[in-house]
Amino acid sequence: MKLSLNFVKDYIDLDENLTVEQIAEDMTNHSSEYDEAGKLINATNLTIGLVEECEMHPDSDHLHICKVNVGTEVLNIVCGAPNVRKGLKVIVALPGAKLPGGIIKKSTIRGQESNGMLCSMLELGLESKYVDEIDKTGIHELPQDAPIGEDPIKYMELDDEVIDFELTANRGDLLSVLGMAYELGAIYDKKVKSIDLSHKENNENINDSFKVKVNTENCSIFTAKKVKNVTIKESPNFIKSRLIASGIRPINNVVDISNYVMLETGQPLHFYDADKLNDVIEVRMAENGEKLTTLDGIERTLHDGNIVISDGKKAIGLAGVMGGLDTEITENTKNIIIESAIFNSVKVRKTSNELIRSEASNRFEKGLDPNRTYMAQDRACHLLEKYADAEIVGGTAKYDTTSLEDTKIEVKFEEINRVLGQNIPEKEILNIFRRLGFTYEITSNGAIVSVPKRRIDISIKEDLNEEIGRIYGVNNIDGILPALPMRKGSYDKTTREIRNKMIGLGLNETLSYILVAENEAKQFCKDENESIKLLDPMSEDRSTLRNSMIPSLLNIYKYNESRYNKDVSIFEIAKVFNKKEENYNEEQHLAVLMAGEYYQGIGNSKNVDFYIIKGIAEEILDYLGYKNRYSFIADSNKIAKEFHPGQSAVISVNNDIVGTIGKVHPELAKNVYVLEINLDKLLAKKVGKMKFKEISKFPSVNKDISLVVDKNIESQELTKQIKKYAGSKLSDIKIFDVYTGAGIAEDKKSISFNLVFSDKDKTLNDEEINEIMQKIIEGVEKSSGAEIRKG
Amino acid sequence: MKEQIEQIKENSIKELSNAKDLKELNDLKVKYLGKKGELTQVLKTMGTLSTEERPIIGSLVNKVRDELNELIENKEKQLKQIELNQKLEKEKIDVTLPASKNKRGSKHPLNRVIEEIEDLFVSMGYDVVDGPELETDEYCFERLNLPKGHPARDMQDSFYITTEYLLRTQTSAVQARVMMANKEKTPIRVIVPGKTYRREDDATHSHQFNQVEGLVIDENITLAHLKGTLEVFMRKLLGENTQLRFRPSYFPFTEPSYEVDVSCFKCGGKGCNLCKQTGWIELLGAGMVHPNVLKMNGYDPEKYTGFAFGTGLDRLAMFKYGITDMRYLYRNDVRFLTQFDQMDT
Repeated sequence: MKLSLNFVKDYIDLDENLTVEQIAEDMTNHSSEYDEAGKLINATNLTIGLVEECEMHPDSDHLHICKVNVGTEVLNIVCGAPNVRKGLKVIVALPGAKLPGGIIKKSTIRGQESNGMLCSMLELGLESKYVDEIDKTGIHELPQDAPIGEDPIKYMELDDEVIDFELTANRGDLLSVLGMAYELGAIYDKKVKSIDLSHKENNENINDSFKVKVNTENCSIFTAKKVKNVTIKESPNFIKSRLIASGIRPINNVVDISNYVMLETGQPLHFYDADKLNDVIEVRMAENGEKLTTLDGIERTLHDGNIVISDGKKAIGLAGVMGGLDTEITENTKNIIIESAIFNSVKVRKTSNELIRSEASNRFEKGLDPNRTYMAQDRACHLLEKYADAEIVGGTAKYDTTSLEDTKIEVKFEEINRVLGQNIPEKEILNIFRRLGFTYEITSNGAIVSVPKRRIDISIKEDLNEEIGRIYGVNNIDGILPALPMRKGSYDKTTREIRNKMIGLGLNETLSYILVAENEAKQFCKDENESIKLLDPMSEDRSTLRNSMIPSLLNIYKYNESRYNKDVSIFEIAKVFNKKEENYNEEQHLAVLMAGEYYQGIGNSKNVDFYIIKGIAEEILDYLGYKNRYSFIADSNKIAKEFHPGQSAVISVNNDIVGTIGKVHPELAKNVYVLEINLDKLLAKKVGKMKFKEISKFPSVNKDISLVVDKNIESQELTKQIKKYAGSKLSDIKIFDVYTGAGIAEDKKSISFNLVFSDKDKTLNDEEINEIMQKIIEGVEKSSGAEIRKG
Repeated sequence: MKEQIEQIKENSIKELSNAKDLKELNDLKVKYLGKKGELTQVLKTMGTLSTEERPIIGSLVNKVRDELNELIENKEKQLKQIELNQKLEKEKIDVTLPASKNKRGSKHPLNRVIEEIEDLFVSMGYDVVDGPELETDEYCFERLNLPKGHPARDMQDSFYITTEYLLRTQTSAVQARVMMANKEKTPIRVIVPGKTYRREDDATHSHQFNQVEGLVIDENITLAHLKGTLEVFMRKLLGENTQLRFRPSYFPFTEPSYEVDVSCFKCGGKGCNLCKQTGWIELLGAGMVHPNVLKMNGYDPEKYTGFAFGTGLDRLAMFKYGITDMRYLYRNDVRFLTQFDQMDT
C-alpha cells in the first residue's frame, strides 16, 4: 500500500517537523513495516520557464538553441526534444539540479553554451506508465498559465511524499487513506477529520426504474446509485497526482474518481455506463462455462465458484475482481450506475488467483466495513458532482444483510497486563482506546470497548490486548525470563552421538532433499511399500518422496564426481517415507556412501571396498551397543536390484533386518559403496549394556589354525562353529588370512584364524589347549567339512 | 717381570684407545685378559717368583687388570653410543611428508547451528521435540487457527500429498501435537528444529528449508517473557551486544504477533549491504499463543497463556559462517562440506 502523505493529511494534522522517514519508522514500530519512504519526485532545482526563442542548432539536425525565461534571467539552453518551440511553458532543470539520472551542469554542446536542461516527466523520475506520449518522445508541455519562475512540482501538485507499506493479511483497514489516518491518529494522538460526503440529489428515485437482486449468499451488501449527465474530462491535478503517488494510472475524471474513492475509503467501486444496462442488476454465481469479456479485453471462461454481476441476462462483471467490457465507462458515457458492495472474501480471492489480481480484489479479500460501502457511494457522488458536473439521482437501490454496529468487547485491566507482562496504568489503557478511536464504558475491573466496524480484524479481547501492546510500544516492555521450575531439558542424544561417531570415522555430513524423481524413489528398496507422490510437484525431478536415502546420496556423489571430487565419503541422518496399506509412514534412516580413497598417506592409501564400509557399519553398531548381536547376510532375495548381487548383504540385528550394505550395481555407478540403516527399527532393539568384566590375572595362550573349506562357506559361519566347539575358554578369535591358489584345490579356500584362550583361575597348559583344539578340528570337520591346511 | 707388566699395560692402553668398534674391542679384551691373554700368562709364571715378590707382582697384575677392565667398559659404552647414533642417523625420516590417516569428517553447518540452539535451550530447561514432516492439514493449519480458505494459507504454498496430507510448511505444526500430548498440563517448554517445505525455489528460497520453533505455555506467561527469552537466544547466538526490535505483525496462531529484527551483526546497526542500510535484519516471527489455538488443543485460555517463536535456520547458518549463497547448503559439494571440520569457537 503506497500512502501519499498529501492525501492522508486531508484527514489528519501531522506535526510540521515530522519527516516521512520518521513517520515510516514510527509506523514500523507500532503498526506496519515499509519498503520505501521518500519523495514522489526526487528532483531539485527545477523551475518553470518560457521558451522565448527557439532556433535550430547550426551544427545539428535535431538540436535547438533556446532562450528560456525563468523569471530571474533568460538562459541559453540547448534542447534535443522534437516538441520544443517558441512560446512553450517548460520545466527547466537549472545547473546543479539533481535528477534521478544525474546532476545537471553548465556545458557546451557542439559549441553552444547550455545552462540547464528542459525536462520530460520521465527525466524527473516518473514511471513511464504515468506519462503520455509527448513526454515519452520529448519534453513536458506545461499549461500556458503556468507561472514562470515557480516550482513546477508544486504547480503540478506532485510535491508529495510516499511510504510504501507492507501490510499484513489481517489489516485490510489499512488499505485506505482513512484507515491510515486512524492509525497515525492513534500513534500521534491526533483526531481524524471528517470526510465531505455532501451532494444534492434530484427529485427522481432510482428505485422507481432500477432493481438490485442478490441471488447468492456470497454478497452481503449491494448498493447502487445513479448519476446523470457527467462530463468526461481530465481530472484535476490533485486527483491525478494522488493516484500516481498511490500507484494508479490516471485515465479520466470519472474513472479516476472511482479509484480515488477506493483509495480513500478502502471500498472498491464499480461504475457502469447506465445506458448499456437494463433496469436490473443481479448478483449470482456464474454458470460453469459462462463467458465474460473483462475490461482488459480478455474473454474469460467462468465456473460456479465465481461471483458475477448480471444485467438479468448475461454476466457483465466479475464481482470484486474486474468489470466487463460491454458496460465500461467511455468518453461518450453520460449516465452512470455506481456499484458499492461487499462480496465473499474467500470467493473473490480464489477467483482473482485464478484469473487476475486487481486493486479491488486485494481489498475484498481482506474484508470490508459496510459503513464504508455507504460512505463510498456518497463520497463518489460528492466528487462526481464537483468534478464531473454530475446530477445525482435520488435514493439508493440496495440489498443489505450486514450490521453496521460496533463490536463490543469486554476487557479486564489486570488481564491486559498479565499478558503483556507490564504494569500499564488503567488511565493509560483507556487513553490508548481513545486514541484508537474506540469508545468504552468502564466496568468494575475493566471496560466494555466499542470497536468500530472499520477494524474488522478485532473480534476478541486478545485482539485488544494486542492494540494496547502495539500503541504502548512493545519496545517499551522490559524482557524477562519466565520463572519456571529448574530442570535440564532433553534432546535426542543418540542421533547426535551417531553423527559425531560418523564424523570421527572421517565421513562428511550432507543435507539432501527428500524429494526425488519418481523413478529414483524406490531404488535400493526391496519391500512391498509404495512411494508417495506429490499432487502438484514443481518439477519431475522433485515429484516423489524418497523411500530410501541412497538415491539422494548417489546424486550427491554424481554431482561431486562431475566436479572431480573423486574421494567422497558422506553420511546423513534424515527421513524416508513410504505408503503401506493406505498408511503413510516416515522413518529416520542413517545412510552412508563411500567412493574413492578412504585411507590416505604414502604407502597406506587405500580405496574404499566392501570391507571398509562394512567396518563403518560395525563401528556404529558396536558403538551403539549391538556388539555380537548383528550379522551380515548375503541373501539375494532380500537385496534390491540396484546393488551388486555378489557384493551386498542385509544387516540383521537380533535376527531382524535393519539395513542393507553393498556395492552399487556397476551399471549405476563405478566402485561406489553404500550403507543404509533404519534407525527407528535399530534403536528399538535391545542393546548390550556397558559393564565391567573381570580380566584374567593369568597369561593367555595364542594358537593359529588354518582350515580348508568349500569356497562358498562363509567365514561368519565357520567362526560361529569354532566358537561353539571351543567353549568358554576361547576369549578371542580373529581371521588373519584368506587364501586361494597354489596348494589349495580349485573349489576350496583356506581361512586362517588366530585363537586366544584364557582362564580366569589359572594358566592353561599344553594338554588342555590341545584337547580344545582337537575338539574344534573334529567339530568343524563334521559340521563344515573343514580340514587342517597342511604345509 | 715388573717391566713386562708395565709394557703390557702401556701397549694395551694404546691399542684399546684406538679400537674402532665393539669387535676390535672384544678381540683386545681376549688378547690381554682372556684365558690365554698376555696378562693372564704373566700370572701363570708367578710360581717362579720369590715369596716376597709374589704378592707385590700379584697386586700389580690385579691393579692393571682392574684398570684395563674399567678402560674396556668405558670404551665399550662409548662405542655402543657411537653405533646407536649411527643407527638413529640412518633411521632419520622426513617429518614433513604427509600423515597416514583416513578421510577428514565434517558436520554440516546447518546441524552445527541446530546443535548450538539445542544446547542453549536444553540448558534453560527446554525439551527438544520432533514431529512428522509428512503432516496432516489438521495439525499444520487447522489446529493453528488457519481454517480452510484462510488467506494466510496462501503465504505458504504447500506440497500436498492428498487433500489431508502435506509436507509440513512450518515447524509450528508440532505446537498442537505437544499441547495435545500434555494431558497433565505441566509447563510446556519445547523447541522444535526441523525440515519444512514450501512450493517455491529461487536464489533465496529453497523448497526444503529448516526452521526452529519455540513454545512455552503455563499460567502467567507474558509478552515480557517472550522478549526476555528471545533476547537471550539472539545474544547467545549472535553476540552479547545484539539489539532486538519487535514490529507488530500478523500470524493466525499468535495474538499479538510480532516480527523481530536484530541489530545487524555485520555493521552493528550502522547500515551495510547485509542489512540493506537499515541496520536491522529480520530474523524471527513470534507472539503470544492465540486463544483459539490454546482452546483447540485442550488448554483453557482463561487460565493458560503462552508464547511461540520461529526462525529460519538456513539463514542463521549462512550468517554464522558467512556462506554467500543458500544453495551451497544443499549442493553438498565436498569442497564445501570439508570446510566445516573443526570445533566451533
